[in-house]
Amino acid sequence: MADPIIISASPHVHSARTSKKVMYDVLYALIPAFLVSIYVFGIRALILTSVAVISCIVFEYIIQKYLLKTEITITDGSALITGILLAFNLPTNLPIWMIIVGALIAIGVAKLSFGGLGYNIFNPALVGRVFLLVCFPVQMTSWPTAIENNLTLDAITGETTLGIIKEGLMYGETMSTISEKIPSAMELLLGITSGSAGEMSALALLLGGVFLIVRKVITWHIPVTIIVTMAIMTGVFWLVNPEMYASPLIHILSGGAILGAFYMATDLVTSPMTKKGMVIFSIGIAIITVVIRLFGAYPEGVSFAILIMNAFVPLIDKYFKPRRFGNQIKSKIM
Amino acid sequence: MLKTFPKGGIHPEENKITSSKAIKKMPVPKVVYVPIAQHIGIPSEIIVDRKDKVEIGQVVAKSGGFVSSNIHTPVAGTVTKLDMIVDTSGYKKQCIVIRTDQKNESNFEVQEFPLKKEITIDQKDILQHITDSGIVGLGGATFPSHVKLDLKNDNKVDCLIINGVECEPYLTADHRLMLEKADEIIVGIQILMHALHINEAVIGIENNKKDAVAVLKKAAKDDKRIKVAALKVKYPQGSEKQLIKAILKREVPKGGLPMDVGTIVHNVGTIFAIYQAVQYDQPLIERVVTVTGKNIENASNFWVKIGTPIKDLVAEVGGLPEGTRKIVNGGPMMGKAIKNTDVPVTKGTSGILVISEDEANRQDAKNCIRCGQCVFVCPMGLEPHLLMNLSEKGLYERASFEDIMTCIECGSCSYVCPSHRPLLDYIRFGKSIVKKLNTAKN
Repeated sequence: MADPIIISASPHVHSARTSKKVMYDVLYALIPAFLVSIYVFGIRALILTSVAVISCIVFEYIIQKYLLKTEITITDGSALITGILLAFNLPTNLPIWMIIVGALIAIGVAKLSFGGLGYNIFNPALVGRVFLLVCFPVQMTSWPTAIENNLTLDAITGETTLGIIKEGLMYGETMSTISEKIPSAMELLLGITSGSAGEMSALALLLGGVFLIVRKVITWHIPVTIIVTMAIMTGVFWLVNPEMYASPLIHILSGGAILGAFYMATDLVTSPMTKKGMVIFSIGIAIITVVIRLFGAYPEGVSFAILIMNAFVPLIDKYFKPRRFGNQIKSKIM
Repeated sequence: MLKTFPKGGIHPEENKITSSKAIKKMPVPKVVYVPIAQHIGIPSEIIVDRKDKVEIGQVVAKSGGFVSSNIHTPVAGTVTKLDMIVDTSGYKKQCIVIRTDQKNESNFEVQEFPLKKEITIDQKDILQHITDSGIVGLGGATFPSHVKLDLKNDNKVDCLIINGVECEPYLTADHRLMLEKADEIIVGIQILMHALHINEAVIGIENNKKDAVAVLKKAAKDDKRIKVAALKVKYPQGSEKQLIKAILKREVPKGGLPMDVGTIVHNVGTIFAIYQAVQYDQPLIERVVTVTGKNIENASNFWVKIGTPIKDLVAEVGGLPEGTRKIVNGGPMMGKAIKNTDVPVTKGTSGILVISEDEANRQDAKNCIRCGQCVFVCPMGLEPHLLMNLSEKGLYERASFEDIMTCIECGSCSYVCPSHRPLLDYIRFGKSIVKKLNTAKN
């Protein structure tokens, strides 16, 4: 026999599922939202996304090759996804150099300085976004308005739904007057609104989210728990005083709620590994988001909420373990 | 809804290529190699010497203690030597080499014996027969059967479970046996129920063997105490603990035995061996082996004499195909890769699987992406990624605290890991160290 016989321990078969395939599934899931984004914002969405993706991959390559001198992992698809998710969380008229800074923070600081794929504690794309939000608050909160002139580079800037609500309430307006200025629930669902590149159409995002669940990349626990908890919390406030608080439907369909629940919070690396843990994690995200939206200075709080809960993941994993088989009775041997 | 165990599990490609192939009789080999450690527990003691003439079914190595088993010669012939040979474990083990006497060549005539329904033997004698016949668990674990049947008086076993699950991909030995020897298996079950005073028995069969479910239901129709349960196809349902959970919804406590929840589990192959031992006084010297693989020409199931070299089996199915890179003793999930085909078939050999180039190599391990798949599929509720990590770092106390010892080594975690991490390899390693530490402590 020419070829040597291989001796290895069982199992001798594998599911053929690879990290790469998982990453590409996430990529496919983002396609509908990306198409909506291009439809709404035109060429700017394309530029933003390309710059973010290319910068992420280039930074990963440079840092791994020259700084860390480790194996180059740009082909595993994770830098690509970080780039797309970063772009989806930025306004489309952000100056290009800021996008590059965001990518550097996401890849260099949030991912590689922690040890690369699998070792980062915080969601890299969100760290990039929050860094930009804190450093450049003006540029990060002026969003182009949808549809009009979607092929020109200078868009008219407008405010997001949550921004209008926050401001209106601050000036003593009531929800009934504000609601005339904000998009309807149907418009929010389809994406005829203003906001970050990828948070446009709740419908497109839901479509991709369902795909991820069907492909078993994520489970339903995180997105469903986040949305249900948000609906309950905002619903209670809305029922108490509908003139002071927006309805749960507006809260869920606007801002980054759907994007966050299906794509950001579910990031495999930075979310808990047990189903019990995922539920706790998601309740935390929903509560913090609603508190920031209703009582904080920022109109939107999903990014902060996810990053805060990311920090709790090791603790959650330690205390919310799966139920061990046969553990109800004290051990005999051990 | 079909019954199954609730937590974890996977569904690998079934590849039951040989399920329609009737069991053929493998020619009796010229020389048999009979290892003395074919079961879990103490190895047997050799009681023959070189040049001794032996008769078929004669004891050649006697039980070395309570958790041990007699070993009989599968052929009539002459002991040529007592040698050390590499067995399926990969280690050199003591072995009795017997040259077959061509004149006295036995040809599996016991498989042709008519069905014998009446149980004429005394209850106490049944257990003695099983002990003397060297019967061990034929599902693969090879635990001496008489130990399982030695019920303490305070144990209240109310249900006997028969394991016909065969959840390993490729293997069809139990499937064929159930189809071809259904009546004998039912008598075997009645023998055990009679001996142990049990009034209920359930045969668990996965639903990819609908024909076996039907055949056994028909065979058992006159005995209301015996039920057949069709189970949802899910690996590792053939694991004792998972099977008990699926059928009886009882959970064997950590470190405990099925007896603790009022049941005992026997494989269908074992039941058939018990039938032969009790009704026809036939010791365990032959078993069904599936010889299979995607590129094997005449993959089939065989009645094989214990001690037959695996190369004889491979030759029978058309030889090793071009590009063979791995030979597995057992199924693809829990079987052991063997170095060459000189290794003999033992009591625990349920199948020989030949794997070619494209499936033999493992891919390089990548970073854990914390996807949680290993946690979701673990039927024991463990966290394989954590246990691997702890074993890798040498934190054995922590690993023990995280219940590493309850791992059943089913391999679901390694199977599903998208980063191809050798989870089970490290867990096995960690278990071996924890075991040593525990023995040192006591």
